[in-house]
Amino acid sequence: MVIRSGLLWACLLMLSGCSSSTPTTLYQRLGSAPGIEAIVDGLLYEIEHDERIVHHFADSDIGRFRAKLTEQLCDLSGGPCQYSGSSMQESHTGFNITLADYDALVAGLIKVMQRQQISIADQNALLGLLAPMYKDISYR
Amino acid sequence: MTLRVTLLMLVLLPAVATAGSKIIGTGGATTIEGNAGGGIVPWAVINGYASSEEWSVTTFASRVGVNNFNLSSGGIALSFDNRWELSYARQRFALESIGGNLAQDIFSVKYHLAGELLYTAMPQLSFGISHKRNADFALPEAVGAKSANGTDFYLAASKVLFHQLAGRNLLLNGTIRATKANQTGLLGFGSAIDNDYQFLFEGSAALLLNYNLALGIEFKQKPDNLAFAAEQHWRDIFIAWFINKNVSLTGAYVDLGHIAGQGSQTGYYLALEATW
Repeated sequence: MVIRSGLLWACLLMLSGCSSSTPTTLYQRLGSAPGIEAIVDGLLYEIEHDERIVHHFADSDIGRFRAKLTEQLCDLSGGPCQYSGSSMQESHTGFNITLADYDALVAGLIKVMQRQQISIADQNALLGLLAPMYKDISYR
Repeated sequence: MTLRVTLLMLVLLPAVATAGSKIIGTGGATTIEGNAGGGIVPWAVINGYASSEEWSVTTFASRVGVNNFNLSSGGIALSFDNRWELSYARQRFALESIGGNLAQDIFSVKYHLAGELLYTAMPQLSFGISHKRNADFALPEAVGAKSANGTDFYLAASKVLFHQLAGRNLLLNGTIRATKANQTGLLGFGSAIDNDYQFLFEGSAALLLNYNLALGIEFKQKPDNLAFAAEQHWRDIFIAWFINKNVSLTGAYVDLGHIAGQGSQTGYYLALEATW
């Protein structure tokens, strides 16, 4: 068993060889400003075509939403931006975002990142930054 | 029989292929006892893809083949609201070198208490009850088991940590089980020497290579109640392939230690699951 575990870890270590000589910040690895904009536009497309969650955006100013989300992703991923929008709690109060809504949005984001051929490691890094916002966004 | 049902459902799947909103893989696989988890350890996750206020049905068929035995399991689970999981599993344990069969039915309920696997700092916590009934108690009784029926209680904690190893997400799970079962109940429950509940640890770790593949290890601590033969801990190393949100396949190399006096039992585990 010890030998087998050793083999497993050896296999896993080989996987890490690929991600060492990439740009420094997640922002850059996501493609900087154009890359983030493409993610946001892709996500807006997914939301628009997802009947489970599109109703939450019925009264939203999509232009403002797009600008603020772009700024927020840039800020979060280490880019040269400062998020200037309201807090996640404030902006989601009254929407009663459910777990299923949140899952649907995350699935939409994954779809977009897959389509843009962002590496699994960078997808996971971004998801790791966004996932914990659940407590501020859901059931408010 | 259950394999046939599962295959039939797979054939019918394109006609009814819907799935809940949960992210692929987050329903886990199904254990040999019918609970969402790995192959031998139940996790805190709820079977299938039902997120809040959604329903999900999962069926599975699995087979463990080790040197002197094989175990066929199959069953069905109903999940609601990513909160409740009700499951039934039937196990048939063939004693290939000794001759004969053992079988048991397992009825389980799992309740998701707190935390969200992907989204909260707190791990997802679930409490489970599994009631097991031997189909034929003659052999378990002959080797010293006290009862043909028993109930296990467990508390499971599961958490996905993002971007951990080579940028991959890591799933960690720990489960504490209170049980009287001998060889998970296949050899009955308790004995003349020891008929008290014991608290045992079970753990899993899995690296999510991508959205569809998980590579992991499992450990299941076992009691040792029966005087006729020593019972040992179980371990396995597995790979689970979530083909899509409707079908998954899991394969493993298992080490079940000594069983009923038969030396080191190692071999394969294969499981097919259909969910919608």
